[in-house]
Amino acid sequence: MDFVAILSIFVMACFVGYYVVWSVTPALHTPLMAVTNAISSVIIVGALIASSAAAGGSASSKWLGLVAVTLASVNIFGGFAVTARMLAMYKKKERPAAK
Amino acid sequence: MEHTAPVNPWVALAYLISGACFILALRGLSSPASSQRGNRFGMIGMALAVGTTLFVHEIASLPEILIAMAIGAAIGIVTARKIAMTDMPQLVAAFHSLVGMAAVLVACAAYLNPEAFGIAGPDGEILTVSRIEMGLGVAIGAITFSGSVIAFLKLNGNMGGKPIMLPGRHVINLGVLAGILGLIAWFTQDQSPWIFWTVTGLSFAIGFLLIIPIGGADMPVVVSMLNSYSGWAAAAMGFTLHNTAMIITGALVGSSGAILSYIMCRAMNRSFISVIAGGFGGDTAGGAAAAATDRPWKRGSAEDAAFLMQQAEQVIIVPGYGMAVAQAQHVLREMGDKLKEHGVRVKYAIHPVAGRMPGHMNVLLAEANVPYDEVFELEDINSEFAQTDVAFVIGANDVTNPAAKTDKSSPIYGMPVLDVEKAKTVLFVKRSMGGVGYAGVDNDVFYMDNTMMLLADAKKMVEEIVKSLD
Repeated sequence: MDFVAILSIFVMACFVGYYVVWSVTPALHTPLMAVTNAISSVIIVGALIASSAAAGGSASSKWLGLVAVTLASVNIFGGFAVTARMLAMYKKKERPAAK
Repeated sequence: MEHTAPVNPWVALAYLISGACFILALRGLSSPASSQRGNRFGMIGMALAVGTTLFVHEIASLPEILIAMAIGAAIGIVTARKIAMTDMPQLVAAFHSLVGMAAVLVACAAYLNPEAFGIAGPDGEILTVSRIEMGLGVAIGAITFSGSVIAFLKLNGNMGGKPIMLPGRHVINLGVLAGILGLIAWFTQDQSPWIFWTVTGLSFAIGFLLIIPIGGADMPVVVSMLNSYSGWAAAAMGFTLHNTAMIITGALVGSSGAILSYIMCRAMNRSFISVIAGGFGGDTAGGAAAAATDRPWKRGSAEDAAFLMQQAEQVIIVPGYGMAVAQAQHVLREMGDKLKEHGVRVKYAIHPVAGRMPGHMNVLLAEANVPYDEVFELEDINSEFAQTDVAFVIGANDVTNPAAKTDKSSPIYGMPVLDVEKAKTVLFVKRSMGGVGYAGVDNDVFYMDNTMMLLADAKKMVEEIVKSLD
């Protein structure tokens, strides 16, 4: 892909991000931070590429990649788990009466 | 072995779908009802991105990778299960630091082994455009890491919340920033290791320098800002790797953090620049407040509070960071339940900057089983205080201060506040009369005729009120 194609995706995604995030209810801003945290760990893709590099590549690059895989995994599993835990706590009133 | 450049279209498609799943994950958060489904979309997107990467790359070391992931997963899941909801701000800061560090490590790995990432030119040198992306990625990642570590230490109480001011810090910071940008520009001409490592080192330093002068009350902005940085770091690495999933995610997370920072700044009526410049929430404003505490005020007991609230038609509870510190959310909900048994209407009013991160109070109330449709944002409930019998302020202070509306000399002038003083009676739970809020200003609400101060630990006070309500 050439640079301009990638840049277009990026700019469009910024606009999507802008509108999507404004539509998030303020009550869920903490889960929003937790889940954005989890998804920004998609950087694990880069870490996997580094650590899966075959022999011939530099060994230090592979180890850096493996450490990054570990860190990003903490974030992915921890981030999604803690978001799920928080979201499960948000409940509506049991009786649909008042309001 | 082929590299990323002319990829299989299915692979590009898989990353695109994974990016779309992340958009749906955030979209789900527009209401609590759809939020859990959104979170599942996020997990699907992540699984797809990881699976695709493992599938298309020649894996020379699958066992090591699986072990690394298993270690990370175990740490992550155990932490997520065990963490107390009041400690969420620290946890989020810690997670940000991990994303930052991972970005730095990936950038270093790409620098050391550009062939594996498909960013090496025919002569073995790294492509110019990739050098810029890599330089920015490592810089933003390092700032995210060291900044988040400081934010974590401050939020976790390992480091005082007070701003630490170095002399000439603005000059130092600007100099270091200019140095980083200059070196990245030079890096495009000359890919010597020393330039790359100096950029990395300076970026770690600037992250540290930027956050230490920022006080505890500004932490919601800082946490949101670091959230944003972690996104931009991911986006920069996405450019390096030509990976759509990373670019979309980076843009989403980057805008999300930026919008949250903006919302927090607006809720404090402060410019982003003044927050970043730091120094707010120090001791400087203490003098005037101390002199003013000679004014008369009324003290109430738990029985008085219980009696007043039982008689009320509507009670609005205004929680703040003090509630979180005292862990009073559960007993507060019990109090709400008791009041409802007495036929009182109970609502909760949340100021956007109550607590240490955006939405902090909402999560704590949700944890205590307060239904989310009883919890209101400032603009939705502020007009109701005038028709409310009792405003029950617990652990909040500056966000109720009417000086923000009237006193132009006040440091919080212009900040949107909850109009608690308009309620017939204000019950103000506070540890002691001596302390002032983070802004260091006195609150006129304490001395009003219709205010009753309930001086005690928030949790103990509410427990006593619950007892008196029986």
